[in-house]
Amino acid sequence: MQYALLFYENSQQFTTREHDPETIAYWGAWKAYVEDISASGIVRGGEGLLGPDTATSLRIRDGQHQVQDGPFADAKEQLGGFFIIEVDDLDAAIAWAAKAPCAPYGGVEIRPTLTTM
Amino acid sequence: MAGGRVEQAVRESYGRLVAILSARGRDIGAAEDALADAILAALEQWPDRGIPDRPEAWLLAVARRRWIDRARRATTDEALSRSLALLTDIAGEIDLAAPNFPDERLKLLFVCAHPAIDPSIHAALMLQSVLGLNAARIAAAFVVSPDAMGRRLTRAKIKIRDAGIGFELPDRRELAGRLEPVLDAIYAAYGHGWDSPADDSQRHDLAAEAVWLGRTLVELMPQEPEALGLLALMLHLEARSPARRGTDGAYVPLSEQDPSLWSHARLAEAEATLARAGALGRPGRYQLEAAIQSAHAGRRLTGEPDRSTIAGLYDRLHRTSPRLGVAVGRAAAMAEAHGVEAGLRCLAELDSGRVEAYQPFWAVRADLLARANARGGAIEAYDRAIALATDAAVRSYLTERRARLLS
Repeated sequence: MQYALLFYENSQQFTTREHDPETIAYWGAWKAYVEDISASGIVRGGEGLLGPDTATSLRIRDGQHQVQDGPFADAKEQLGGFFIIEVDDLDAAIAWAAKAPCAPYGGVEIRPTLTTM
Repeated sequence: MAGGRVEQAVRESYGRLVAILSARGRDIGAAEDALADAILAALEQWPDRGIPDRPEAWLLAVARRRWIDRARRATTDEALSRSLALLTDIAGEIDLAAPNFPDERLKLLFVCAHPAIDPSIHAALMLQSVLGLNAARIAAAFVVSPDAMGRRLTRAKIKIRDAGIGFELPDRRELAGRLEPVLDAIYAAYGHGWDSPADDSQRHDLAAEAVWLGRTLVELMPQEPEALGLLALMLHLEARSPARRGTDGAYVPLSEQDPSLWSHARLAEAEATLARAGALGRPGRYQLEAAIQSAHAGRRLTGEPDRSTIAGLYDRLHRTSPRLGVAVGRAAAMAEAHGVEAGLRCLAELDSGRVEAYQPFWAVRADLLARANARGGAIEAYDRAIALATDAAVRSYLTERRARLLS
């Protein structure tokens, strides 16, 4: 089965990416995770994302484009990146999610992909 | 005649067959549908042709064929196609000629109580898929509408299928964490039966079904002390069931029950089960709860419950598992062992927001205040306890207690 692992980080972690003495540790942890999961051969795609400050949201209502600054949800945790992985079952996906550096601070959402036949 | 025997043959193998089918197709709903087709075929054919030598093998073969037919017809449905691939992959794997099929019910129990599934549906899901209870009966036991229960069960099964929950046993490292929701769900099913009013036989039967689930779990995990602990706990409570109501249906609290009405066979089995758990040397919540019930049961030999042992066990249980029910039970036990004031002190430590709508808290508080001659507070607590009581017999018991204070 294919799953998207959606990595949610909190605002502190987004700040840490650029302006913090812990920046090296932050990127080091992600680099190790990416190397680990890539070496396992299960990755089908994925990217890290720039922070929610850079997000733009679009809705079309009554034919009108409504473009707004910021992400859809003003939540404490924001999407920071994702992987598409191919594993046997949900427990295997959960095991990979649990290794993500953001799991102890933000969280990981695990969604099966809508695979077209 | 044949209908009854067919039903019995089916009843005995239902959970085993759903488990075998769903463990391979990873789809409980489709497994149940396929088995329902096979059962229908059995009801049509068996009364005329006789029950086959190996009814399980017959049902399994028909169910698997029906499932594959159905999946083939619906190749546009992605989930069905996936299950078709899984089913045909293992086409030769289930040896229908083998004397015994592998028992996959344990995997099914773990899937039903998977942490990715809403805990409030775990118990209902087990009762349906492992024991074959229909949604209407489960709904009656859980006091919700059959429609709502049916929808929630369907939703949970779709989640299991679409999220790709694997029918694999958790490995040793995860086992403790994954076993707990299984035990909790079985005990929740038991609790729904136990708390039911005396005249509600459907809900009463549920307690027996939960004991059956508990026995199944012990049979599948004979070395798991908490599974044994849970079974011992339920057997202790079952043993007391004949003494819980007076001949007029009135509620009889444990301290006033006639021990000669307790089922000695059940008690003996409960004690033997708890001893088996204890011998494994890994204590836990359910073993402690069973030990508390065992100490209460000791009254039938000595005439008096061992109050300090009960209080000590509650203390240990409260340290490892500080749930509200345990905290209130501990307060009652402290009052018995060390006096009413000690019990009231335990109750006073509890967070008022948590206890506001918790009926046992008010019932215990009312009793302790009445015994401490604090009449005003006791009446107030009785009023709260009476208003929160869902069982009419408990309500009349409390009302009568309250009236005594005024006379």
